[in-house]
Amino acid sequence: MLDKLNDIEKSALESLDAITDQAALDAWRISTLGRSSPLMSVFAEFGKLSKEEKPVIGVAANRVKVALEAALAERAQAVKNAALAKSLEEEKLDVTLPGRTKHIGRLHPSTQQLRRVLAILAEMGFQVYTSREVETDEMNFQMLNFPLHHPARDMQDTFFVEAGDRGDNPILMRTHTSPGQIRAMREAVATNPQNPPPIRIALPGMCFRYEQITARSEIQFNQVEGLAVGKNITFADLKGTIADFVRRMFGEGARLRFRASYFPFTEPSAEVDVECFVCGGKGCQVCKNSGWLEILGCGMVHPVVLQNGGYDPKIYSGFAWGMGPERQLMLRNKINDIRYFWGNDVRFLEQF
Amino acid sequence: MKIPLSWLKDFIDIDGLSVEDIARKLTLAGMEVDEILYAGLEMPTYKEGEKHEFKTNGIAWDKEKIFVAEIREVKAHPNADKLTLLDLFDGQQGQIVLTGAPNIFHLKGTGKLEKPIKVAYAKEGSILYDGHVEGQQLMTLKRAKIRGVDSYSMVCSEKELGITDESDGIIILDDDALVGMPLADYIGDAVLDISIVPNMARNANVIGIARELAALTGRELKQPKIELKTSGDSVEGLVEIEITNSELNPRFVAGLIRNVEIKPSPYQIQRRLKLAGIRAINNIVDASNYAMIELGQPLHAFDYDVLKERAGKNKIKITTRTAKDGETLTTLDGVKRKLTSMNVLVCDEKGSLSLAGVMGGSESEVYDASKEVLDAKGIETKADETPQGKITSRGKSTVNILLEGAAWNFINIRRTAKQHNLPSEASFRFSRGVHPAVAEQGVKRGLQYMAAWAGGAVAPGLVDVYPLKPKDSIVELTSHDVKKLLGIDLTLKEIAALLERLEFKCEVKDTKLIVTAPSHRMDIDEGVVGLADVLEEVARGYGYDNIPVTTMADALPPQVGNPVHEWEEHLRDLLIAFGLQEVATYRMTSVEKESRVAKYDEYVRIANPIAPEKSVLRRSLVASVLDVLEKNIRLGESISLFEIGSIFEPVKNDLPNEPRKLAIAMTGLREATAWDVKDSSKLDFYDLKGRIELTLSGLRLTDVSYTASESTPYLHPGKAAEVKVNGQVMGVFGELHPLVKEKYELGDASRPVLVAEFDLELLRKATPTYGIVPVSEFPPVYEDIAIIVDESVLAEEIEALIKQTGGKIVTNVRLFDVYRDEKIGAGKKSLAYSLTYQAEKTMTDADAAAIRNKIVKRLEKEVGAKLRG
Ligand SMILES: [Zn+2]
Repeated sequence: MLDKLNDIEKSALESLDAITDQAALDAWRISTLGRSSPLMSVFAEFGKLSKEEKPVIGVAANRVKVALEAALAERAQAVKNAALAKSLEEEKLDVTLPGRTKHIGRLHPSTQQLRRVLAILAEMGFQVYTSREVETDEMNFQMLNFPLHHPARDMQDTFFVEAGDRGDNPILMRTHTSPGQIRAMREAVATNPQNPPPIRIALPGMCFRYEQITARSEIQFNQVEGLAVGKNITFADLKGTIADFVRRMFGEGARLRFRASYFPFTEPSAEVDVECFVCGGKGCQVCKNSGWLEILGCGMVHPVVLQNGGYDPKIYSGFAWGMGPERQLMLRNKINDIRYFWGNDVRFLEQF
Repeated sequence: MKIPLSWLKDFIDIDGLSVEDIARKLTLAGMEVDEILYAGLEMPTYKEGEKHEFKTNGIAWDKEKIFVAEIREVKAHPNADKLTLLDLFDGQQGQIVLTGAPNIFHLKGTGKLEKPIKVAYAKEGSILYDGHVEGQQLMTLKRAKIRGVDSYSMVCSEKELGITDESDGIIILDDDALVGMPLADYIGDAVLDISIVPNMARNANVIGIARELAALTGRELKQPKIELKTSGDSVEGLVEIEITNSELNPRFVAGLIRNVEIKPSPYQIQRRLKLAGIRAINNIVDASNYAMIELGQPLHAFDYDVLKERAGKNKIKITTRTAKDGETLTTLDGVKRKLTSMNVLVCDEKGSLSLAGVMGGSESEVYDASKEVLDAKGIETKADETPQGKITSRGKSTVNILLEGAAWNFINIRRTAKQHNLPSEASFRFSRGVHPAVAEQGVKRGLQYMAAWAGGAVAPGLVDVYPLKPKDSIVELTSHDVKKLLGIDLTLKEIAALLERLEFKCEVKDTKLIVTAPSHRMDIDEGVVGLADVLEEVARGYGYDNIPVTTMADALPPQVGNPVHEWEEHLRDLLIAFGLQEVATYRMTSVEKESRVAKYDEYVRIANPIAPEKSVLRRSLVASVLDVLEKNIRLGESISLFEIGSIFEPVKNDLPNEPRKLAIAMTGLREATAWDVKDSSKLDFYDLKGRIELTLSGLRLTDVSYTASESTPYLHPGKAAEVKVNGQVMGVFGELHPLVKEKYELGDASRPVLVAEFDLELLRKATPTYGIVPVSEFPPVYEDIAIIVDESVLAEEIEALIKQTGGKIVTNVRLFDVYRDEKIGAGKKSLAYSLTYQAEKTMTDADAAAIRNKIVKRLEKEVGAKLRG
């Protein structure tokens, strides 16, 4: 009997070793451990054994059963692993095939840059103020201390609009967002004529200059001006504010310098250069080998402009600065042709 | 404004300052140096990684290789007629040098020269500009055999040395040049090209820049020495001047010089003028120009004998007056100009002589019989040009000269120069303002140079009529004013020290400084403006870089935001989220371009357009976006664009209205194709409508309705809808009308082109504040129903009925299928809806069935619907 049990174990283990799939495994389980298997018949005939044989055979039969069950479990795991490995292998993708895309939309690069600029200004307390694009000569020039026929007007070649004979106050395309300075000041004064409130605004918008359209010059461009008016605002504050802005716009290490300059609506006036971030100041094409990039114009609001806005220049002072988002982008993204902006070629727009 | 360094040195000692030091100081003080041009002086060298400061150009002249030499004889070349061989001494030994220079060719074969000619001589290995090619190209002088003669060195032209861009011969130096001296030590120079902003017109001259540099460095300004030796009768008895309008002509000064000999100026003078960008003409013209560049006073030279002849027996009487409308004057460029009453003329009793401050008349110009009619203002007239109507021959050359130095109203001159399109060195200065005080000094300086370079005798005295002497501005300021505007603490003494360097007179009175502007300044006002003018000078003198950097301590105004701007930005975000690309286009367009999509009778027209296609302001934003769509049509399988911006509606003789609009245009494939996605369905009406629905719901607009509309001419009449919010029309959208589409090049004609246009102000005003609908803790129940109705029943009606009947329980109604076939029957359609029920309890099947039955019954009753299978 013991020999029989040993034979059962031996031949069962041998046949199990050859099994590689689940179906054969199921068949083996039935034939080896099933009700009518030789092993089970040993248990079924247990009662027929002698008193001496019973404990010996009992122990041996149980051992064989446990051993075969363990072998089955182990084999089953191996078969499962093999099957999984096979199917994983079969499901393998070419990960280099392109992904499926969507048609997506983007903001125009000018809008993106305007947002960057305005976000910084907003955090500095300068709130957006917008005004019209077609203006009178009075608002665009005269109120801003460009007298009629003054040579300062040569700095801003102008598109005029047909509007009959309006004498010295023709209608024109605004050459800068500065008419908004007068409008904003007057609105603020109207809220409290006795003691006008301080002003801190950002003036974004499209401006127009009579130019030929070339890689370097355009007839329209966005401008953003900052304007602060109050009872104790100094040139030193202007420097501090510009330095803050430039740090945030161009990075912490950006060195800058203030050069004396001239704008009719500010005095003293300055132009601000930032150290060329393309070459680090060593000289390159972008900075024309000067190491500096001109990025904005600024100054203390001219007393005539304050007066025209309704602020008494003996009590109030202020500063203003203006810059061009398209120019900033051209420097920042090495754009060599300003015509890209209103050309709207999707191959350009998609790069932002 | 180009300033040669050598000229600047006449007025300020610059020892110890490099060219870059000078350029930097001037730049920071408001005289921006755009470029430094080296013409001989040593150039700065930058090591790897070193910072540059200025755009630089030009060449340095090697002191070991380029010298002053003298030509002793001009010999014929044995094998070439047009070349000569120069017998030259370079200070150490004789050299044979080959040249083709035309300006010494006439000396060929004349034997040993009586007076050797001093020239610029370059040896083998010198780096020069190539004289034989267009533009400026560097070359190294190499040994060569030319027509059998060994050539190893050369005699240089101005072009080869980088003094001018072109030249027609070798340089012939002045007699004081020392043979053997390195050329760089003799005439090596560097030129600062400086931008002069309008309020620095006073510095558009050498002395102005020298004065600024003296102030910036604390050095002394060497005032020009004006000494005239005079003889003969005084000019005062010979010429009378009458000014009829002193506002337009505050001062008129005239001086006389007799018996000049017109010939070329000394080379040093020619060289400086050329480096300053002025053509050298002859000693008389050059003297006027030289004095102008030096002191800033434009001068005008009249042929005194012509004036005398015109006056006949009478004394010469010069009158300045405005022109009569329609009066004409032939200016020295030969153009007969029609004048207006704004133009000021210098006249004598016989008629007009010159267009004041802008250009001379041809008749009384200084005349060089050996050459040409000449222009005292440096306007270029080439020898081979003989403009129509020009007087080219007056017989003998001018010998007696009446020199005018006048002051004119700068605005009047600017307008006249613009009107006649006559920019010149003189009108450039006069139209920015030349102080009348400079006139006398200018005339004297001009006469001094004429006497020095053309011989002749200056007549004693000047005729000086000065009816409108400007008062020197006086400004009072305190230390507090400086602190308040500039943020720096300075004592009155310190302030005065800064201003006195620029020749302001300062006087301390208690706590005040009384400042008087120097008499060459026209840019300093009085009162509150004058204060700002003077404070600017304090800031410049103190140095912008030295002013501290502070944080604004002033009150921060209440932060209110800009809801209109923020709303527009939100709208942009929604549109790009739905796959639309933003574009930005020109405001200026043409009626023709817009008329493809819309026709308007009235436009805002540009009076001075740069081109016909940019002659009006746009009225249709749809036209702008369609133009961009057309331009990009071949650049993608699907193009969806939008623009947000103003259009311009004309208002007669007044500012136009500038309503803000949104326009959308899209065409192409609905889905992005991929290697396994071959869906070729095209964007159509409902794709655009879906984006509009999403956008409007993103704006929280709830009462939105869509009605078929045939009222938009550019839209397909059967595929167009008006969008109403709260019953008001906000915009239209639909498929582009086939006839409009034909006018564009839009590629594949089977692809619909969808467009939309919205009024942003209306939309924004309809945008509500909103609260959310609470999210229920009970699960929703979803149910589909399909009904059959007549074709004429609109989806909108059915949806409204379902919502009305279902009440609050029905939270969503979504149409998911529209179906037609024979089984349903002709003229019928099946609509399938997915409904979402949501109650504040767990709904049972019976609850759902009850609502469903109610809805079906209502639909049967109202629109004759039948429940489908
Ligand atoms: Zn650079």
